[in-house]
Amino acid sequence: MERYAILPAGNQGVLGVIRQFLASLLEKKLVDALLVPLELPTGDNVVPTIVSRPEQIQRANPLAPVMPVNAARLVSRITMISSSPERLGVVLRPCELRALVELVKLKQASLDKLLLIGVDCFGTYSVNDYEKSAKDGSSPTEDLLGRARGGKENPRLRKACQICEYPVPMGADLAIGLIGVDPDTGILLAAGTPEGEKVIQELGLEEVKAEERESAIAKLVAERAGKREELLKKTREEIRGLDKMMATLATCINCHNCKTACPLCYCKECFFDSPVFEFEAEKYLGWAKRKGALRMPNDTLLFHLTRLNHMVISCVGCGLCTEACPNDIPVFDIFRLVGYDVQKLFDYVPGRSLDEELPLTAFKEDELADIGM
Amino acid sequence: MAEEKEFEPVIVGFFCNWCTATAADLAGTLRMQYPPNVRPIRTMCSGSVDPVYVLRALLGGADGVIVGGCPPGDCHYVNGNFKARRRMAILKTVLKTLGIEEDRVWIRWISAAEGPKFARTMNEVTESIRKLGPNPIAKDWSI
Repeated sequence: MERYAILPAGNQGVLGVIRQFLASLLEKKLVDALLVPLELPTGDNVVPTIVSRPEQIQRANPLAPVMPVNAARLVSRITMISSSPERLGVVLRPCELRALVELVKLKQASLDKLLLIGVDCFGTYSVNDYEKSAKDGSSPTEDLLGRARGGKENPRLRKACQICEYPVPMGADLAIGLIGVDPDTGILLAAGTPEGEKVIQELGLEEVKAEERESAIAKLVAERAGKREELLKKTREEIRGLDKMMATLATCINCHNCKTACPLCYCKECFFDSPVFEFEAEKYLGWAKRKGALRMPNDTLLFHLTRLNHMVISCVGCGLCTEACPNDIPVFDIFRLVGYDVQKLFDYVPGRSLDEELPLTAFKEDELADIGM
Repeated sequence: MAEEKEFEPVIVGFFCNWCTATAADLAGTLRMQYPPNVRPIRTMCSGSVDPVYVLRALLGGADGVIVGGCPPGDCHYVNGNFKARRRMAILKTVLKTLGIEEDRVWIRWISAAEGPKFARTMNEVTESIRKLGPNPIAKDWSI
């Protein structure tokens, strides 16, 4: 059972309470720096930023419905060569946190000296939609919170977010809880680890019971899971079979943006960008001769099938692949569907626990008897 | 082009050096007959067969692929075959979900002592792929 404390509401609103909490972490030296989304001083975007001075926290906005990059990638970048020398708090959405857990298992990031701070997520808009909405003059953050509180559907949410059944952070030291919480009373802070409990003690926060939270989470998860089933069913019909699959990939230009945006595609040099895929003219002409013609650039389907094989077991469903596609291919829909089937095979939920081995590095002697004979 | 000949499946075999490839030699030494449809490629371990090679074969012209490894417990590298089995399980699931015939991918355990099993398995896979017919992806220029 998680232990909850309350960040009491003042007159500064939900965001103000969270900013105050984050600033106090820096002021009380509970962390030396924070990786947290900040509103840019000019322009309408909110981007992950390393903050070392508490006064900069006034621009922090971990609730803004926009995720330009999956910050797990950034934590990997920061801690890849050596783990952080100072205590770094990282404020992450649930899908970022789950991607980070996968990257740690893949030995692409280190959690040493990190304080993992998760935030309940109501979902995000595409970067363009967020910018448009902010330019219209209304605050996208207020709009999002208002709709979430009213239990209203939010058609602006990215598809990945509409069907995301993990709105609550898993495995964080501390989780900022908004679901099933009355913002007029305060915001919940859940300690998931002894580290998190220590922070709550240091800050002298009052411990509370959060009785409505579980049922509110269950309700939201059920809604999202229902939508997920709808999408999976629809996608199954839309892409099943070679012709439909190729129709879906008709506009693919092999730019590999989906790979670049994917938080889990970690290879420094992708196999597909390596010399293995540089061929003599003779090869291309030979393939064309054998098939009568050859689509160029070639290996469109091979690229997507291979990425599915390599990555889909760890796919957290953040949907940034679809965002990155210049030609609106529903890459996420394909990954979510195939990921659902493949992950089920090993009862694996990416990012659920650091203790669960990656299915491709583990095995059981007695399994899959119908595959190998 | 010449008239369509009777369909003869093209099958690519990835055989591990220590067991299945040796079993192929044994089958030959024993003068056992098996169909010439399988094009063997020797790998050091079934665990080193990345799905991309299997896919490359299927998308580039093969009608079927068979991966051959050491029987469970006998892997020269202790557990490469178990990992190969998981990889192929994922590959087959991906193909199945996308509605691409996963039955064109086989993985079998054939030890160095099992020349007859090697010949029998090559017969089985050839006949099975023959029944499935030509691989439609192998002829598609637009993939």
